[in-house]
Amino acid sequence: MEQTLTVFAQLLVAGVLTGLLFALVAVGLTLVYGVMDVVNFAHGEFLMLAMYASAGLSLLGLQPLLGLPVVAAALFLFGLVVYRLVIGRLLQGPSEATIFGTFGLLVLMQGLAQALFTSDYRSARHLPFQGTVHAGGIAVSQASLVEALGALVLTGLLFAFVEYTETGRALRALAEDRVAATLMGINVGRMNALAFGLGSACVGAAGALLMLSYPVYPTVGAEFALTAFIVVALGGFGKIQGALVGALIVGLLEVFGGFYLAPQFKMVPVYVAFLVIVLVRPQGLMGRR
Amino acid sequence: MLRKSLAACGLALLIVASGIGATAADQPPDIIIGSILPLTGAGAQTAAGLRAAQQLAVDLVNGHVSYPLPMVGHSGLPHLGHARIRIIFADSQGKPDQAKTAAEQLITQDHAVALIGTYYSSTTATASQTAERYGIPFLNPDSSGALLHTRGLKWFFRTTPHDGTFAENFYSFLGDIQRSKHLDLKRIAIVHEDGLFGTGAADAEESIGKSRGYDIVARVPYTATTSEVNAEVQKIKAANPDVIMMASYLPDALLFMKAFKEQNVDAKAILAQDAGFIDPGFVRTLGKDANYIFTREVFSLNIKQRNQGVPLIDQLFRARFNGAPLDGNTSRDIMGVLVLADAIDRAGSTKPDAIREALVKTNIPGNRTLMPWKNIRFDAQGQNTGGAGIIEQIQDEKYQTVWPAYLAPKKPIIPVPAWSKR
Repeated sequence: MEQTLTVFAQLLVAGVLTGLLFALVAVGLTLVYGVMDVVNFAHGEFLMLAMYASAGLSLLGLQPLLGLPVVAAALFLFGLVVYRLVIGRLLQGPSEATIFGTFGLLVLMQGLAQALFTSDYRSARHLPFQGTVHAGGIAVSQASLVEALGALVLTGLLFAFVEYTETGRALRALAEDRVAATLMGINVGRMNALAFGLGSACVGAAGALLMLSYPVYPTVGAEFALTAFIVVALGGFGKIQGALVGALIVGLLEVFGGFYLAPQFKMVPVYVAFLVIVLVRPQGLMGRR
Repeated sequence: MLRKSLAACGLALLIVASGIGATAADQPPDIIIGSILPLTGAGAQTAAGLRAAQQLAVDLVNGHVSYPLPMVGHSGLPHLGHARIRIIFADSQGKPDQAKTAAEQLITQDHAVALIGTYYSSTTATASQTAERYGIPFLNPDSSGALLHTRGLKWFFRTTPHDGTFAENFYSFLGDIQRSKHLDLKRIAIVHEDGLFGTGAADAEESIGKSRGYDIVARVPYTATTSEVNAEVQKIKAANPDVIMMASYLPDALLFMKAFKEQNVDAKAILAQDAGFIDPGFVRTLGKDANYIFTREVFSLNIKQRNQGVPLIDQLFRARFNGAPLDGNTSRDIMGVLVLADAIDRAGSTKPDAIREALVKTNIPGNRTLMPWKNIRFDAQGQNTGGAGIIEQIQDEKYQTVWPAYLAPKKPIIPVPAWSKR
């Protein structure tokens, strides 16, 4: 009995930490997806880029946590450039244009990474937090605690920005009613660029944190991006806190499903939950219509 | 003047042409072997090494320097008037349909008398079907898919051991350990990625384990692209196995190893099917936490204990391939070409039927190969029955051969120390 309880507690903690890890990756997406209504299929590749940047900095002696602000700033700039060169133009076309355009970006970035960095797996150097924390029969890695904390801080900051600042209000206004917002004198182009830049900066921070526990390779983004899309759709479009809720649900379902059903079916409860939400509440758990 | 020089030129041309004619009459035409490799695409890097290896083997056969290997150093094939072999490469791009096209092209346009290749099991499957249709011998030196030789093909021969052989090796190794150390290693947990590679390996491990009286206490398949393995590790821990057998790629192997340490999963041994566990990133990432892992290997430079040609061939290969040492793939491909050359020579003919007959009668002792094999002899399915692997253990962050004993400079460390005592 005690054994069963310990396993349950271990799974609970693991599920929450896994959920927060997913939130870390999804929070940048929710800004772009929810506010700008742009599905950035290359989101995972932005993550991959950030991870390579972080691994590169670690070669220069800057470990991922210290390198995080640099990577986030670099990704912010990268996001602005991509917006100016690609996304901004795509937005003037039909709505499918952004889907095909960002998918093209995905293929391009993966191909370039393959050509430049080869398909080898690379890890960062000088990694901190590689130990394990034991408490009452439960064990968690320090890295996943740091990543979870990072997810909470990042979500908190983004939430505060969107809810309590002038610029954040402008972003929300845009999300609510594009035409009215434009009439109120909000510069759509600039706001969109800002949102895309911020979303990229978030995924930059996520990439730096992920280097604590994952190696990087050209297709690493694909592993996280699909989950990130589910998280955002589950949590609700345009709600920063929705990503957090969605991610926790996905993390818990995956871990408990994996143990009590069978490991090979661990994604089944996640996809079932996703289907149910899409059918019953298409705007997501916390989203508005 | 002009006419004179033209005449001189004509005369010169005539002499040159007759000279060519004379050598062509002395030297029988080259014998064409067609090779299919994933020269472009994700496998390109590996294929570049395999191509260099096969070309080296061809040059050894055509050359006159002798090494303790079959058909090497006779300046071509003696029974065919010292005809030289020539290898023509075709690209499979790692795609089954492309491999089929490549095979067709090599047979119909290049008139290859035999085919060799193709590294990936999936492309070997299609290319060998094509060879079967044309009645051309197909030799596969490097694909380990457990079922390739069971398709009832008449023209298919495979020199490399397959995934089932490796599973058998695991249990032979465990048997040796149990006898010599009086350890109980009966409870086996099988953990594998759920693709063709992991599932094939796990099926073999499960069926052979059961037939030898082992208790398979858990079988945990998972998707290689997973980002966490919490549930999987709890399942394994709950089953309390003596031995964990793993088939994983690198990212998932790292996830499992980190989780095993975190959750104090202390099996007496972890036996891995190479892949992620022999990737250079494995030890680089885990450092001393990578220690004590056992993994299968197909080749080791320690085979020099048995065949002194191994370090020499290694030197030749390094000189041709940017200093890269001979490895399990390149050594197997060299052997593949030599086995074909041996058969064509014994056949004394380039007729497909004669070559096939000679292949069936192949009998090369293990110490005349670069491999840890007993011998090269094909069974009725075309599978080499003498194939065997090597087991290595990571000790002090280096891969050390620990089995079979005659090749092993180091003793296996088993049971491995508990995580809390490292």
